[in-house]
This record gives sequence, C-alpha cells and structure tokens, in this order.
Amino acid sequence: MKVVVDEEKCVAAGQCVNAAMDVFDQRDEDGIVVVLDEHPPAELADDVRNAAAICPALAIRIEE
Amino acid sequence: MAEAETGLAPDEQVYFYQDDRDAECPFAPPPGLRALHDKAPVSRARIWDGSTPWLVTGHAAQRAILSDPRVSSNDKQAGFPYPNHVMAEGAPHHPLTIFNADGADHTRIRRMMTRPFTRPRMEALRPQIQQFTDELIDQMLAGPKPADLVTAVSLPLPSLMICALLGVPYADHDFFQEHAQWATRSDKTVEQQNAANAALGGYLANLLQKKMEEPAEDVLSDFAARIKDGDLNLPEAVMLSMILLIAGHETSSSMITLGTALLLDNPGQLANLREIDDTKAVANAVEEILRYLTVPQLGQRRIAAEDFEFEGVEIKAGDGIIAALPAGNWDPEAFPDPEKLDLTRKASHHVAFGWGIHQCLGQQLARIELQVVYGTLYRRVPTLRLAVDRDELDFRPADALAFGISELPVTW
Ligand code: HEM
Ligand code: SF4
Repeated sequence: MKVVVDEEKCVAAGQCVNAAMDVFDQRDEDGIVVVLDEHPPAELADDVRNAAAICPALAIRIEE
Repeated sequence: MAEAETGLAPDEQVYFYQDDRDAECPFAPPPGLRALHDKAPVSRARIWDGSTPWLVTGHAAQRAILSDPRVSSNDKQAGFPYPNHVMAEGAPHHPLTIFNADGADHTRIRRMMTRPFTRPRMEALRPQIQQFTDELIDQMLAGPKPADLVTAVSLPLPSLMICALLGVPYADHDFFQEHAQWATRSDKTVEQQNAANAALGGYLANLLQKKMEEPAEDVLSDFAARIKDGDLNLPEAVMLSMILLIAGHETSSSMITLGTALLLDNPGQLANLREIDDTKAVANAVEEILRYLTVPQLGQRRIAAEDFEFEGVEIKAGDGIIAALPAGNWDPEAFPDPEKLDLTRKASHHVAFGWGIHQCLGQQLARIELQVVYGTLYRRVPTLRLAVDRDELDFRPADALAFGISELPVTW
C-alpha cells in the first residue's frame, strides 16, 4: 500500500490524523497534511483506508 | 410558482422543507424528510420563500454534491436558497468570507485560519477546557436545584473555550462571555445582537493591538503576526475572530444540551458511557451523538454554477441546492438502523460537520470540548436527571438554524 496526498486540495480538517495518527500529521504552520509513513504496515491498512474515505477534500489517494 | 420555473406540474405535491419533528421522537429528523429520502436521494422541495431548490437527502449523494466544484457557496447569486428572510436580505451586503467563498478565494481565506486549529494545538487546550468544565459543574452543584443546564454549562462553556482559543485574558472572561452570548443567541433581537457585536469588535481590536506587542500561543497573536506581515488589516482580523466566535457557539452549546437530554432518554447507553475509561471510546461516542442529533438542521446551502446530471436529475446553472444533513446522517445505507443510538457504532463518516472544502474548521476543538463534557458531567453527577417530563421540553422549531432546546431543567 502506498499513500499519496494532494497538498493543494487539503483543507486542514485533520480527519486523517483522527483516523490514522501513525500515518498522517499536520504541518505546524498551516495544518496541511503530512504523510509520516508512505508505506504503512498491513495492520494500519484499514485505518488508512478509513482516513482516505473520510477526508472531506478527497486529498488522499491509496495505491494498493 | 410557474411550471416553467420549477419544472413541476402544478398539482404535483412537493415536500415543504422542513416538516416538524415528531413529538414522540423529538431527537429524530422530521418524519416527512425521512420519507422523502426513502423515495430518492435527490428531489425538489419547497422552502419558505416558495422556491423549489434540489434537496439532497442521501449520505453518498451529499458527500458527492458538497465536494463537487460545479457547486458554489456564493450567496449573492439569484436563486440561492437562503435559510430565512434575514439571510436573504443580508446577503447582498455580506463581505467575502470563508463561508461564501469558492475555489481559490476560499483556499486563500481558509489557509489564513487553519494554523491555530491543528490537532496538537487543539490538544494543548484540553486541560483548560477540562478546568472550565469542572468549575462550571462545581458552580452548578453549589447552587439551587433544579438547575438549567443551558445557563449552567451549555452557554458559558463554548464562550470560555473561544476565550482560550483566541487568547482572551482571564480577567476579561466575564465581559467576553456575556457579550458573546448576546451576540450569538438567535433568540435575541437584531438590535441586541448588534450592540453586543460592536462591543466585542472594539474589545477584540484593542486586544489584537496588544498581541502585536506581546504575542502568545493563541489565535489573536497569530492574526496579529499576519497584520504585521501585511497579510491582513485590523478590521479583517477582527472579522475573522468574530467568525470563529459565532460559528462555534450555538452549535457546540446545542450539542451539550441536546446530547445530555438524549443520553438521559437512553439510560443504558448513558450507563455504559459513565463506565468507559478509554478516551478512544468516549471519542467514538461523541461521533455517534454528532451523527444522531445533526445540530446544523437546516442543511448546507449551495447554488449550481453549471448544468450537470446528478443522481438521475438534470441540475441547471442557477438552481438552488440544499444538503439536508440530518437526513444524510440517518441514511440506513450509511448507518444501519439509524434510529438506534449506539455509542460503539463506527460513525466517523457522518456529515454533522458538513463535507467538502467547507467542512467545519473548528471540528477538532468541538470534538475535544464534547469529549470533555460527556466524559465528565455524567460521572461527576451520576444521579443527573430531568426535573420535568420530556414532553415539557421546549425543542427549537424546524426552521431554527441550529437544532436545540432553550432550557434544560435538571436535578440530581
Ligand atoms: C459541534 C459543533 C459544531 C458543528 C456541528 C459545526 C458544524 C459546521 C458545519 C456543518 C459547517 C459547514 C458549513 C458549510 O458547509 O457551508 C461548519 C463550518 C465551519 N465551522 Fe463549524 N461546527 C461546530 C463547531 C465549530 C467551532 C467550535 C468552530 C470554531 C471555533 C467552528 C468554525 C467553523 C468555521 C470557521 C466554518 C467555515 C469553514 C469553511 O467554510 O471553510 N465550528 N461547521
Ligand atoms: S483529512 Fe484531508 S483535508 Fe483533512 S487534513 Fe487530512 S488530507 Fe487534509
């Protein structure tokens, strides 16, 4: 699994961090998404898929 | 309204958005709205001014429409489905704000406001919110029984929380709280609201100037730094601060009042919540209560910027669109047995904070506040109960912007 984010689309809602803290964070200066782990381990796969599903700006893409 | 304008045959029955809630199930979305959703995820509905915008009731359809760039939030366009006449008359004078901006304008404004709302900065406010909550409960317990939970906790807590967010000094909390309540309560007159707004605006302008000299870790210091950098001027910074105050007040306040009434009505669920010692489980309960109650009951208002086909209907440029969030949050396809309050349900895909680029900016703060209140109040006051019958509660009418109860008499 590979996680790709689009910083331009991100509206800094923080939903992804709620869903998968070990994979997503927000930049200090403006809250824009930061990927902590581009290739998350299998046990986090469900959380990461959930993060992509609840990102309101459709800024997270997952390549399986 | 003529057939040509609405595309409806004159005798066709059109649902009036929205009908009253059922007195037997006062927490559920109105029965007519739910019945409409059972027929189709998108349909025409009539609103207060006689116009018939598209009403989007399905959960998936709401997420699709609210994240569609062909749909605009610009409330100055003819055909915009205003929630009431005050908004309709005010819209031509509305400045460009985070609420009514689209595309690049919205991104520019929103990014000016996101820095203070990142999760770590929100988490840093948790101890303060806990302290405010404990103090308000102490005061309630020391006072007479029964007490009104609205004046004891639901109204003061959101204003204190905004104080913490903005960086209002402790000594000014009473002034700020009092005026914030006048400015944000929809049961006050327009004159009362304007006077309170003016007092707060003057106060915030002063405080912003102080923060330019002595910055701290708070939102006003952040805006003050942007004034210094030339990104904002003082009146703009005052307006942004007021927007945060107004946007976050009535919604969070209602969630405390209604959430408590709902839990007292579901004693089994309340007992479970009281026992939970895991912050994750409390956080999950908050999501389910947000879903169940969907306080922004009048829905998100939009206007089509171009013609397009959507869920089998032809939407034309200039058509009004309303995403009726309470219906989406009770869509059985997204939430099986939606009428069942289940604090362990996976509910984080709810639309109580909206969806798309305008999704609530203050959601992390609102979540922390509700986690603290729901995690504290019922534990500290385990015998908390209504001091009147449920049917005596004064639920806000269907056309109020935020769902709520004006007074919640409780005893213990
Ligand atoms: C439980 C409490 C809350 C609920 C249910 C709620 C709900 C919402 C909803 C539905 C929207 C979307 C508006 C749209 O689509 O046009 C929104 C936007 C917004 N909310 Fe909240 N809100 C809450 C608390 C707060 C708090 C505490 C703050 C700030 C301190 C806040 C600030 C905002 C702002 C600034 C926007 C505009 C975002 C934009 O247009 O980009 N809200 N809120
Ligand atoms: S959920 Fe989406 S919009 Fe929100 S911070 Fe994460 S990537 Fe950005």
